[in-house]
Formats: sequence, structure tokens, C-alpha cells
Amino acid sequence: MNQILEKKIISEGVKDITISSQHIARKRKAGQFIILRIDEYGERIPMTIVDSDPKAGTIRLIFQEVGKSTYSLGDLEVGDEILDLVGPLGKPTHIENFGTVVCVGGGIGVAPVYPIAAAMKEAGNEVISIIGSRDKDLLIMEQEMSEVSDRLLITTDDGSYGLHGFVTNALQNLIDEGVKIDLCVAIGPVVMMGAVSNLTKEFGIETVVSLNSIMVDGTGMCGCCRVTVGNKTQFVCVDGPEFDGHQVDFKELMMRQSAYLPQEKEAMDRYHKCKLERLAAQPGGK
Amino acid sequence: MTEDKKDKKDIKATKPKGKRLKPKKPKIPRQPMPEQEPKERIHNFNEVPYGFSIETAMIEAARCIQCKKPVCIDGCPVEINIPAFLLAIKEGDFEKSIKIMKNDNALPAICGRVCPQEDQCEKLCVIGIKGKPVAIGRLERFIADWERKNMEISIPEIAPSTGKKVAVVGAGPAGLTVAGELARLGHDVTIFEALHKPGGVLIYGIPEFRLPKAIVMAEVDYVKKLGVKIVYNAVIGKYLTLDELFNEEGFHAIFIGVGAGLPYFMNIPGENLNGVYSANEYLTRANLMKAYDFPNYDTPIMRSKKVAVIGGGNVAMDSARTALRLGAESVTVVYRRSRKEMPARDEELDHAEEEGVIFKLLTNPTQINGDDDNWVKSMTVLNMKLGEPDSSGRRRPVPIEGSEWDLEVDTVIVAIGNGANPLLTEATPELNLNKWGNIIADDETCLTSMMGVYAGGDIVIGAATVILAMGAGKRAYRAMHKYLMTL
Ligand SMILES: Cc1cc2nc3c(=O)[nH]c(=O)nc-3n(C[C@H](O)[C@H](O)[C@H](O)COP(=O)(O)OP(=O)(O)OC[C@H]3O[C@@H](n4cnc5c(N)ncnc54)[C@H](O)[C@@H]3O)c2cc1C
Ligand SMILES: Cc1cc2nc3c(=O)[nH]c(=O)nc-3n(C[C@H](O)[C@H](O)[C@H](O)COP(=O)(O)OP(=O)(O)OC[C@H]3O[C@@H](n4cnc5c(N)ncnc54)[C@H](O)[C@@H]3O)c2cc1C
Ligand code: SF4
Ligand code: SF4
Ligand code: FES
Repeated sequence: MNQILEKKIISEGVKDITISSQHIARKRKAGQFIILRIDEYGERIPMTIVDSDPKAGTIRLIFQEVGKSTYSLGDLEVGDEILDLVGPLGKPTHIENFGTVVCVGGGIGVAPVYPIAAAMKEAGNEVISIIGSRDKDLLIMEQEMSEVSDRLLITTDDGSYGLHGFVTNALQNLIDEGVKIDLCVAIGPVVMMGAVSNLTKEFGIETVVSLNSIMVDGTGMCGCCRVTVGNKTQFVCVDGPEFDGHQVDFKELMMRQSAYLPQEKEAMDRYHKCKLERLAAQPGGK
Repeated sequence: MTEDKKDKKDIKATKPKGKRLKPKKPKIPRQPMPEQEPKERIHNFNEVPYGFSIETAMIEAARCIQCKKPVCIDGCPVEINIPAFLLAIKEGDFEKSIKIMKNDNALPAICGRVCPQEDQCEKLCVIGIKGKPVAIGRLERFIADWERKNMEISIPEIAPSTGKKVAVVGAGPAGLTVAGELARLGHDVTIFEALHKPGGVLIYGIPEFRLPKAIVMAEVDYVKKLGVKIVYNAVIGKYLTLDELFNEEGFHAIFIGVGAGLPYFMNIPGENLNGVYSANEYLTRANLMKAYDFPNYDTPIMRSKKVAVIGGGNVAMDSARTALRLGAESVTVVYRRSRKEMPARDEELDHAEEEGVIFKLLTNPTQINGDDDNWVKSMTVLNMKLGEPDSSGRRRPVPIEGSEWDLEVDTVIVAIGNGANPLLTEATPELNLNKWGNIIADDETCLTSMMGVYAGGDIVIGAATVILAMGAGKRAYRAMHKYLMTL
């Protein structure tokens, strides 16, 4: 069950895996996520379902290695199995023909924005996508994003590719061009979603963001994922993950994301050490 | 013997409900239960009470005077034949005793540990009028533990297949009860469980030191041996809807036992600071995810020094005692009424006190204060006094104006109760709910507003007890069997 069928490295520390999961593949809609637990010792971590093939019964995840769990996931090979896979979770994206939709993806956020852009396109929207990263090598999914977008704008922080600057600069350019934007969907680091929401608020552009708070169960049972939206507490796993960007308390979200930094570092250091020892113990290792 | 007879006669002459003749003070005192020392046990997660030895159990069982009208049974939601199972223990026939027990209760090792006995069977026991009641719960635990140690778990006869498929949603005590009983009757039962482990609150909520997980797993194994299949990671409402269970998966009836898993918060300022947990989250991290063994297990939990727990029930005690075991220097339970009103079991309160949990009673939090990095640094509380009784009959706590003070803490655990999780019911508009979001089901049959769909346990009556959830399971399975046989 939950076997990894394909694995690709699509940029430094970013992996693209296809997992067999008949059921989730059939049920999932754009905007939904799964929670996985790699093995008996693992924690439960959420990942957006980037794509699915209902016929083949597979789902696709794209993730960035940032800590113990995502590194271990990245170390799994084709043929390996993931112990637990729960989903599809969260409310699907509200898809309809809004007119012109701008889809903004920053960093690894391009992965979760991709299925939404695709669904928006299919619903008849004019889709303009803006994807950005720190530099050219870190940019992901350019080809696929261009296939589901009427226009694709690229930005890099260092100017090594596309527009030199942030995704907000490209968005500002669109607004300056006079493009009438009916909806903006922004997914990426919290700072980026905050910046996009600030900008669109100024111009009265409705904006949806997808929040990545820390989760445990993903079913509304623990409250770990709570965020403040419009002065009300909401649970990202069941009330979201998408919310009105103009209402989200991004500062609080960012602080809550760092709740376990010391433990995360400890887990990571230990993982690296174990891995080095494992490699050294292998024949031919140093 | 003569003493016994005389006692019996005394009781016989008494009317159970009306005024009683003076029963004799029992000759044998209630037998104490050996326990781990408080100083030692706060450094481990091992079970606190060790259980009765065979000798002690037989002495304790002999305290039961075998009433002709055993009122204790009236206090037991599943109506265990208490005098009969006690008599068998007294006579040393443990096999017989466990058989009698299992007739009415499939999970005695669990109920014997977590049932609020002092409010149920033992509350009514006549021996309790003059002395301390017979330790029915502890003997129930004894006999169940004896069985696990000494007997091959025997699988009862299973009726020939009826060809009917039943889906049970949720592997808590309600769901497990329904599943086991229907499987015995020859139905093909599948449990769908949202989490990666079975047991519901028994596995994610109640800590190891109160209910060892090996016991829960043994009970689940038993249910599996009856032929029940369990699908984990299956959140009904998302993974499959009830309609799909009927129409696509071919189930003939469904039981919903999804519990009361929605954590309530106080809605006071500062509740989203880092370091504020719902009891559900705190206990889930610690129990289900084994965060107490971090970094061997990957799930982290805060390394708290000063902890406040808000609430006065079992959940609050479990959180407080877990925090101590995770290394907290001080744990304070903050409760707005007095000790008398605390809903936690006496045993749990005593255990918490022995372990050094501090109680701030008649105290209510008004705000949680954070530092610049969004971390809890203190909690502002208000002193209360007891006013007039409210609708529940308990005296209502009223704030004393201007009595605010700050409790210095780095962690706050909110344990003020759980409501109905709306995930499944939102996906099933056909289900009628009450104003709190609980599913409305018939008292006797557990039938809901949807044909073929039954519900019981916490999702129907709100957060309650293991034994009530099982009791609902019993009523539901009988009605479901009847219904299935008409199809
Ligand atoms: C709805 C949702 C969808 C997501 N989709 C993707 C995706 O498609 N691709 C992707 O790369 N990442 C995604 N994430 C983020 C991903 O879950 C985290 O990167 C991952 O949990 C980090 O775990 P770690 O052990 O590798 O790192 P850690 O070192 O443990 O943590 C790194 C950071 O990740 C966050 N994090 C840690 N534990 C959790 C947890 N249990 N749940 C959520 N966040 C946590 C914290 O902010 C932490 O500081 C998503 C998150 C959410 C909530
Ligand atoms: C910390 C704590 C301590 C307690 N202590 C005691 C005690 O000492 N004595 C006592 O008698 N009672 C105690 N209780 C109460 C008791 O545990 C509950 O009343 C009892 O477990 C309710 O049983 P249930 O079967 O209705 O639900 P639960 O035990 O809550 O089980 C419900 C199950 O359904 C699953 N589920 C939920 N939604 C879905 C879905 N959509 N799809 C699939 N599965 C789903 C859940 O994951 C869970 O496994 C305590 C409760 C807590 C939280
Ligand atoms: S199940 Fe609970 S109430 Fe019934 S006899 Fe056992 S301890 Fe008492
Ligand atoms: S347990 Fe108590 S009430 Fe029940 S039969 Fe024995 S003595 Fe009587
Ligand atoms: S992750 Fe537990 S409630 Fe959302």
C-alpha cells in the first residue's frame, strides 16, 4: 500500500514523487491535501496533492526537504512504501469561472498552486500565473505551469532568470498594465502570502491564500493548526486550508510555525549523524 | 458463615430504594490496591496501580454479601451480573467469573480501570452504607487481567454468515462494541477509522499510566479475531461519504461512533500563543504519537517548566499528570468552581494531588499573556466565589471584582471539554442534529434520521464515559441485527 512508483529530483532539495493510492486519487479535488506518516516512529505531516491520475490510482506530491520528516521522505526510493496516508483532507478550492485569475506561487508554493491553476483554467478562466524563486536553479514546474496558464511571469530574487525581484513586483506590473484581476490565489512562504495580500487589498482584489500551519491529526480534533482569520479562530485542516488573505493574521501564523524550532533542529542533527554513520558503515564508504 | 447469613438477612429485610435498616459495619475492610510510589511514578509512564493479587481479590470479593436484590447492577450501564462474578472470584473459579463478565461486557480490562465506579455500581452497593463499598471495579480489572495472563483468549462461536455488510465509523469503545457483537451474529463488519490506530480516546487520550495501550490493543485483537476488518486512515465524510458506503461499497447498515473530538477553547485573548494547547493536542502528541520518547519518535512536544491546566475533569487530570511526567517543574490546575464540583474521578484527583499537582480552585483565567516572540509567559486569573445553584444544580461561580492576579507559566493546556466534530455531519446533511451538533438518535435503537444509519457514544450524548459508549453500542447492535435480518 502507498507505494512510491516514481521519484524525480526537480531542483536542489525538491522531490517529486508518485504514490499509488487508488482511493485518494479518485476522490481528491484541487486544493486538498493528505497527511502522511512514513513509519512507526514518524510524525504526521501534511502535503498538498499536486496531481492525481484516477485511472492509474496514483497521486503526486512535490516537497522540499526542510527537516527530519521531509528528508526521510526524500530518502525513500521507488518501491518503498509509506506507512500511513490519510486523505483527501481540507476543503477543495472554490472553482468557477471568475474571469481573470492570477495564480501566484513562491518557492515550493508553486507545487500547491499548480492544481488550482489547472482547475481554474479548465473552468474557463483566463489564468495568469506568477512563479518566483530565489534563483534560477530553484525554480520549479515552469513547463507545467506554462501549460495551464494563458500567461506565465517568472521572477527571481537575484535576477538570474525572469524579472529581477519578487512575485509582488510582477503582480504590481500587471495591475499597472491595467489587467482586470477578478481573483488572486497566492501560495508560498508566509511572508510572501502576506505581501501579496497587502498589495491586493490596496486594489480591492479578492485574494485566496493556502495556509501551512503545523498539524497533527488533520481532522479538526486537536486544534494545533489554528489560525486567526478576521479575529476568529479557525482550524486550517477542516475550515481551510484556503482563507481570505485580507483577513489572515500572518504574523501569528509565522510565530506558530516556529513553535518547535529547537526540537526540529535536534531531530535533524540526529538524522544527519545517523545517515553519515550508515553511509560510513557501507562497504566502500569512507 | 453465620455472620454472612445474618448480613444477608439484614439486607433482605431492607428495601433497596426506601429507608434501610441499619446494616452492620462490614467486618473485612475494603482491600487497598498496591500502587507505584508517587515520587517514582512521576518519572515514568507505567501504570500507577498494580492490581490485586489472587489472595486480595478473593478477600475483597468475599465482602459482597450476595444481595437477593443486587442494587449495584442498577448502577452499571451494561448491567453486569455483579454478585455472580464476585461469587465466582470468592470461590476461586476465575474462568467462570470471566465468562459471566463477558456475557455483558466485552471490555472488562478497560472498564475496570476507567469506569467512574464510585458514581455507578459502587455508589449503590449496600456495603457502602456503613463502610466502603465492595471494590467492584478493581475486581473487574482483576478478573480481566487474570484472563489475559492465564487463558488462551477464547473466541465465541460465530453464527453462519448472513451475507449482510455493516460499516462502523470510528474505532472507539462504541464502534468496537457494535462491530464485535454484529460479527458474532454472522455479519460482515468493517470499521473505518480516521486515525492510524484503533481505540479512539482509549488510545489517543487516556494516558498509558492509567490505561496501558497493550490492553487496548488486546481488546482490539479480540474484535479482529471475531472477523471484524479495520481500515485505518479513513476519514468518513472525506475518504468516503455515507451515501458512497451504501451505494458504491455495498454496505447494508452503518453505525456512527465518531466520538466528541472537537476541542473547546475559552475564547479569551492570547489563546493562540505558542505554548497553549488543547488537551486533545497535548495528549495526542504524548500518547498516540509518543512524543514523550522524542527524539526516538519524531513528534515533538514542548519541554515545559511551568504548566497551567484549565479545567477540572478527567481530561484535565490526565493532562496535568502527563505534563509532570514530561518533566514540568510545576503543574497547576486552574478550576473555576470548588473541589466538590470537580467532575474528575476521586481516584484521579487523589493521584494528581499525591504527585504534586497544585490546585487553584475558584479561579478563572481571563487572559493569556505572551512575550514578544508570541510565547506564553503568564496567565491572568480572577478569583471566584460560589453563588446560587445553576440549572445543573451546582453552585454557580461568580467573579470577585478586582481580584485578578498573574500566574507565571510557559504552557497552558485547555481542558474545558469537547464538542461534536462536524466533519462527518457536515458531509451528511440528511442527519438530524441537535443545537450542539450532536447526532439525534433514538434512545432505545440508536436509529438516526437516516434509514439504516445508527449512532451512539459521545457523538450522540456529548462527551461522557467509556461504559456509556459501550452501552449505546449494545442497544445499537440489537436494533441493527433486527433491521439487517429484515432486508
Ligand atoms: C496544508 C499543507 C500543505 C502542505 N503542502 C506542502 C507541499 O506540497 N510541499 C511541501 O514541501 N510542504 C508542504 N507543506 C509543509 C510541510 O508539511 C512541512 O514542510 C513539513 O511538515 C516539515 O517537516 P520536517 O520534519 O521535514 O521539518 P521540520 O524541521 O520538522 O519543520 C520545518 C518547518 O515545517 C513546519 N512543520 C513542522 N512540522 C509540521 C507539521 N507536522 N505539519 C505542518 N507543518 C510542519 C514548521 O513550520 C517547521 O518550522 C504543507 C503544509 C500544510 C499545512
Ligand atoms: C483524556 C480523556 C480522559 C477520559 N477519561 C475517562 C475515564 O477515566 N473514564 C471514562 O469512562 N471515560 C473517560 N473519558 C471519556 C471516554 O473516553 C469517552 O466517553 C469514550 O471514549 C467515547 O467513546 P466513543 O466510542 O463514543 O468515541 P471515541 O472514543 O471518541 O472514538 C471515536 C473514534 O472515531 C474516530 N473518528 C472520528 N471521526 C471520524 C470520521 N469522520 N471517520 C472515521 N473515524 C472517525 C476517532 O478517530 C476515534 O477513534 C475520557 C476522555 C478523554 C478525552
Ligand atoms: S462496567 Fe463499570 S459500572 Fe459496570 S460493573 Fe464494571 S465498573 Fe461497575
Ligand atoms: S456488590 Fe454490593 S450491592 Fe452488589 S450484591 Fe454485592 S454487596 Fe450487594
Ligand atoms: S491538525 Fe488537528 S485540528 Fe487541524
